Amino acid sequence: MEAVIEVKGMAHSFGDEAVLKDINMEIGRGEIYGLLGPSGAGKTTLVKMIVGIMEADTGEAWVEGVKMPSLEQMRKVGYMAQSDALYSELSARENLEFFASIYGLKSRKRKERIEDVMRVVGLTEHMDKPVRNYSGGMKRRLSLAIALLHEPDVLILDEPTVGIDPVLRQSIWAELYRWKDKGGSIIVTTHVMDEADKCDRLAMLRDGYVIASGTPIELKQQADVDSIEEAFLAYGGARS
Amino acid sequence: MNVQAITVRIIRQFKRDKRSLALMLLAPLLVLTLMWLVLDGDRYEPTLAFVNVPEQMTELFKEQDVTIKKMGPTEAETALEEMKVDALIHLNQSDVNITLEGSDPSTNQAVMGAVQKAMQNAVPAQSMPFNPNFSYLHGSDELGLFDNVGPVLIGFFVFFFVFIIGGVSFLRERTQGTLERILSTPLKRWEIVTGYVSGFGLFTILQTALIAFFAIYALDVWMAGSIWYVLLISILLALTALTLGTLLSAFANNEFQMIQFIPLVIVPQVFFSGLFNLDAVASWIKMIGQIMPLTYGANALRGVMIRGEGFADIQMDVYVLLGFAASFFILNIVALKKHRKL
Repeated sequence: MEAVIEVKGMAHSFGDEAVLKDINMEIGRGEIYGLLGPSGAGKTTLVKMIVGIMEADTGEAWVEGVKMPSLEQMRKVGYMAQSDALYSELSARENLEFFASIYGLKSRKRKERIEDVMRVVGLTEHMDKPVRNYSGGMKRRLSLAIALLHEPDVLILDEPTVGIDPVLRQSIWAELYRWKDKGGSIIVTTHVMDEADKCDRLAMLRDGYVIASGTPIELKQQADVDSIEEAFLAYGGARS
Repeated sequence: MNVQAITVRIIRQFKRDKRSLALMLLAPLLVLTLMWLVLDGDRYEPTLAFVNVPEQMTELFKEQDVTIKKMGPTEAETALEEMKVDALIHLNQSDVNITLEGSDPSTNQAVMGAVQKAMQNAVPAQSMPFNPNFSYLHGSDELGLFDNVGPVLIGFFVFFFVFIIGGVSFLRERTQGTLERILSTPLKRWEIVTGYVSGFGLFTILQTALIAFFAIYALDVWMAGSIWYVLLISILLALTALTLGTLLSAFANNEFQMIQFIPLVIVPQVFFSGLFNLDAVASWIKMIGQIMPLTYGANALRGVMIRGEGFADIQMDVYVLLGFAASFFILNIVALKKHRKL
């Protein structure tokens, strides 16, 4: 398997608090990789390091064979932050135009992509509404649309489905599968266990370590349980 | 391309945030007008104390808009010190001595005007010499107070409002997560700072021009030099304020903390920039002013507006302001390293 994203020996502390202790992982092409763990487990910190907007104390993150941070690789990554980083005074279209213009998308292509991604997240009719008037779920979807905008090879989504209703959640996952089928690699962080089942592979994060990793089926079999939730508790030592 | 993206976005945000735009454009005019009302009010009718003034001369003054009080020498001096009269006219043999109270420039002007008019009437009619000696109890025969502080106020308001609005909007970029978001794109750090400066620069030039034109043409502040130099200096001050504001916003976690920089950064500059006379203070206190951008801006603005100085006289101030703006600009780029190494 060709590794698109590699994380090697990553450790990081905020002051005295060690958030990541020794993280190693490889994510292949066309793979949806889930980072599962309770809030505060360091999921966001880890993905920020892969994106290149945070530097780890030790360890490295590589994207397609180039060490991050790299401005060239940032072009290949689509990042959706945990908090909706949107300009609330501007309309959805203006937000998208801003990011499109940063990625150098030109007039016709830009218009096309903006309409495409807004259709995917089901916001076409709210295109010219100021983001201030958006609901929480709509903002999440717009953030996802921005991450998809420049057709990146790698998607890094930090809690993408928080505050999104089940129907839309289904449609977002359908889009992620389409993306994966086109050869895209996706990292998704979540603390929702039933979402973890939809990933190709999972890493369970706890106390700064990957306590278990593998496909959802493997994880459940090894722990001899029926659900990811139970598996997580089992690996976390709750059963022992 | 990238710079333009930021510039266009900032212009759009400004159009959307009408309140900030209104604050930036109109609040300075309001405050400037209020100060103008306070400092440059209607023509004042002075009260004069006459000591040993002959009847002929008193008649000349009665035609003027003044109140005359005849007093003895001691009584008159006490009245002057207690500000019950504005000036004392004392005839000593053939010498006319006029002592002005002097603490209020507009009052001084009123007294001088009355004396001059009386003089004009006197010279052709009388053969007696009427060549008064002026002296001041306080102050001197400076210009009007607003003429004196107006140039400093123009610089101050430009600095103040650009500092606050620039700082807060960069701060918001950080707190709402968009700074981190755009740092996850291939945008370079210098492009972000340059985009900010050029996006804000546009509104800053508008604001600066409006303040300067309003002060000079509507409020009729003393203007001896070129309006273009006034604009040049104000724009440099605004650039300095913008880059300093965005830089300091890194040390604030919310808008309130940004506002807290006002007493720290803005108010001291008011005291040391020349708004208040610093001739009497110790030289080490005067040195504090040397590290403040407003000192140089105010000095140059005063030079141009009051003394009609040209570029040769103000170039030092211009270079220092350029130096401030350039250093803050670079420090901004360096400060962004905290978020992303590249």
